[in-house]
Amino acid sequence: MAVMTYREALNMALTEEMERDPNVFLMGEEVGLFNGAYKVSKGMLDRFGPMRVVDTPITELGFAGLGVGAAMLGLRPVIEFMTHNFAILAWDQVFNSAAKLHYMTGGQFTCPIVFRGPTGAALQLSAQHSQALEASYAHFPGIKVVAPATPADAKGLLKAAIRDEDPVAFFEGELLYALKGEVPEDPDFVIPLGVADLKREGRDVSIITHGKMVHTALQAAERLAKDGIEADVLDLRTLRPLDVEAILATVKKTNRAVYVEEGWGFGGIGAQVASIIQEEAFDYLDAPVLRVHQADVPMPYAKQLEKLAKPSVERVVDACNRVLYRRG
Amino acid sequence: MAESTAAAKPKSTSRRGDSGELLEGLSREELHHLLYQMLQGRRFEERSAEAYALGKIGGFCHLYIGQEAVTVGAYSVLRPDDYTISSYREHVQALAKGMSAREVMAELFGRIDGCAKGKGGSMHLYSREHNFLGGWGIVGGQIPLATGAGWAIKYRGTDQVCVCFLGEAAVNQGVFHESLNMAALWKLPVIYVVENNRFGMGTAWERASSLYDISQKAVAYAMPSAVADGMDVLDVRRVVGEAVQRAREEKVPTLIEARCYRFMGHSMSDPVHGVYRTKEEVEEAKQKDPIRIFIDRLKEHGMLTDEELNAIDQRVVEEIQDALDFADASPEPGPEELYKDVYAEESVPGRLFIDRKDRVEA
Repeated sequence: MAVMTYREALNMALTEEMERDPNVFLMGEEVGLFNGAYKVSKGMLDRFGPMRVVDTPITELGFAGLGVGAAMLGLRPVIEFMTHNFAILAWDQVFNSAAKLHYMTGGQFTCPIVFRGPTGAALQLSAQHSQALEASYAHFPGIKVVAPATPADAKGLLKAAIRDEDPVAFFEGELLYALKGEVPEDPDFVIPLGVADLKREGRDVSIITHGKMVHTALQAAERLAKDGIEADVLDLRTLRPLDVEAILATVKKTNRAVYVEEGWGFGGIGAQVASIIQEEAFDYLDAPVLRVHQADVPMPYAKQLEKLAKPSVERVVDACNRVLYRRG
Repeated sequence: MAESTAAAKPKSTSRRGDSGELLEGLSREELHHLLYQMLQGRRFEERSAEAYALGKIGGFCHLYIGQEAVTVGAYSVLRPDDYTISSYREHVQALAKGMSAREVMAELFGRIDGCAKGKGGSMHLYSREHNFLGGWGIVGGQIPLATGAGWAIKYRGTDQVCVCFLGEAAVNQGVFHESLNMAALWKLPVIYVVENNRFGMGTAWERASSLYDISQKAVAYAMPSAVADGMDVLDVRRVVGEAVQRAREEKVPTLIEARCYRFMGHSMSDPVHGVYRTKEEVEEAKQKDPIRIFIDRLKEHGMLTDEELNAIDQRVVEEIQDALDFADASPEPGPEELYKDVYAEESVPGRLFIDRKDRVEA
């Protein structure tokens, strides 16, 4: 174990996987000479050279498609989007090519590619730079969706994503890059996709979440604990495949659930999880499943409005109190 | 109307030797093979149209009739280990790459013995065995994939090439610009063959592009370019041959415009002529039928007899009939196929599909 930042953990995962498999290469804007817009790929150009750490023109659709074509021939591209906001330009290749390739070819071709980059709102970056788009990706069969919340999860899940034979969309919290935590240095430390992690154990209410919101949920749980309410905080870690067993287990234990996500609620991850809970654990529920998510508006720039639009610790605490039918 | 003949007669900047000279480089057998491939494509599409009318083929079905010289000429300079990729008008490109008429027709019929087990259909034909990369239904979607194939070839250091076929209408997609820029910037062995069949569905090229001469677009990428007479299989062969040699030896991409003409409607759902072109225009273009032109030239040079022509055509007719019989006899994919092949790695913890239980396991 070593203490390192989330960005260093990602760097370690990339480096280890590129050492392990010569077919893995990293491609994206500013990943090489500039060491990455968020410094995730620091030092990698020197180590691996320009064929394996590739600076691209600003041409998201083009290099995403290039990656898919290279994957069809057996390479394992890691495509870095400077943020997932910009990846929207590449969605045709992500969804129409990568996600459907294996199926449309009757299983002849695989597409082992990772589309990774930061997601979610930082501070006052306004509407086009503040989106959390995991739900849009999870909507498409054929792609796997991962959103790590801690440095250790970032390392273990990125390694699993790179080794996976399917396209994986990997969402890094833009505000998590500097987060420090214990990370196993073992190069074989891989966290399988599809396994949720109970980040805090309680008995009274289940806060289910993913990505950066895990930390919001943990803070809310701390606050609730002061009132004697003990919350389970379940970090899904992977959204497709979805660890339904873990979701049902926590709901059956506490009988109350709140889903917290950074993105919009309409067609969101929380909507899907709530649907599964009511279909498969209806008899265990003592209250409706509630959701905390971004306000149903484009992200505003003004400080006060932005704060109002974002999910917050207060909103999570409030939602937990409501499913517990208690006044906060 | 005048425009249609312009399509068949390129204001070519390329030099074209006389037909005798071009024929000389190829043996009688090789020439007959080109004719066989063109006839195979033609007859396959004619019988596909019949099968579509009978309801055996569903969905969208885009026929290649009139454009056979482009594929056959380009393929004649490729090795089996080279890659090709195309749009949704790709039946003939699949066949000429070595895929059997059986597996292609069965795919069109949506049967389990189709190349994609009936999951892709007319627009999504693929063969890993023959390095045929599809089969793409979004206009221009295949262009960056070809660039990626070129990247992978360079990454591995082999001397393979990738030929990317695209319609002229795809040139206006932004991804065309993105892909060609990267191919030229990084010196990737990709040949982009624009099949200018004059119409993006019902929109004539001059109504869609500010620049008439597609090959000139290569200037923007500092990329070599050329124009080929897409109705002349040997001219396509010559032009693509130069580009392939450049790609193999110097790792330089090329943009080629092959001027041809679509004899059929955009898809089987669309009329052959109507508001966007007249019947007379289509008939005039058919005077330049690439197969008839080639047959005439072969005969003129004593390279083909009527008996040989009949034998080749007979072989093709039988092959396509066999493919139709095969496709008819092949079963439809069963329900167990519905969720298969969505993911290559299915045995993972967690739930990959939210509803598989209801549809299949119940």
